[in-house]
Amino acid sequence: MTNGVDLGRPQAQTVGSDEDVVRVRQLVRTVAVAVRLSLVDQTKVVTAASELARNTLVYGGGGTVEVTAIDNGRRPGIKIVFVDSGPGIADLDLALTDGYTTGGGLGLGLSGARRLVDEFDIQTASGQGTRITITKWSR
Amino acid sequence: MERVPILKIGDILLVSIQVDMSDETAVALQEDLAERIVATGCHGVIIDITALDIVDSFVGRMLSTIASISRVLDAETVVVGMRPAVAITLVELGLSLNGIRTALNVERGMELIAIDRADDDHHEEWDDGPVAGATASP
Repeated sequence: MTNGVDLGRPQAQTVGSDEDVVRVRQLVRTVAVAVRLSLVDQTKVVTAASELARNTLVYGGGGTVEVTAIDNGRRPGIKIVFVDSGPGIADLDLALTDGYTTGGGLGLGLSGARRLVDEFDIQTASGQGTRITITKWSR
Repeated sequence: MERVPILKIGDILLVSIQVDMSDETAVALQEDLAERIVATGCHGVIIDITALDIVDSFVGRMLSTIASISRVLDAETVVVGMRPAVAITLVELGLSLNGIRTALNVERGMELIAIDRADDDHHEEWDDGPVAGATASP
């Protein structure tokens, strides 16, 4: 693949500051281009990653993001995993509701990010951190 | 931290965002712009986002906040140059950019502000009429 992006090899970025959220966006953009996502799909997945990386920072107290170029045999895609060991999410249904926030934001981060990607998986429990995996496939 | 430059062109402040802004930079821009509006007495703010390849909820909220702050300070804000992919993504994200005026490019943004100011002047003259009349009646 192009731009030093190898299929199946995750690239990690720690998230501990505002600037790291910018770096996550840039990394996701590079991989999204390498797996030939359309411009609109690149924009959607970078936006989703920006929302989730900010959540990792603000709510999770920082963590890591792993970005991987993948291929399911029919088409390439991008998989991104956001991990933090913060307080976790007590009520997931509520957290995924548009407009719900505990942080003074717009409450669109989690729910909006889910709409922008093809696959969205979240594992969390109160006091046990949060792990979110998103996937976007090339069309 | 990077800072986004603010240019004064006549009665308008022009902000062309050329960097992938950190949240801190976005907040600083809000504050810088409010100060510049007051310092210059400008009545229009144009924010050019041609170079932005994404607008997430944080930047979207910043744009709404700038529009509200400038309105309170008697200036109109117009956001120009949004890329089609950004517009599509914003809508899907659920962000409606309430209260934000948009135009396709800087030129149209300037026209919009000029028309707005002309309308305002007209209304102010017109508003004087009934007020003057009301003071005259018992």
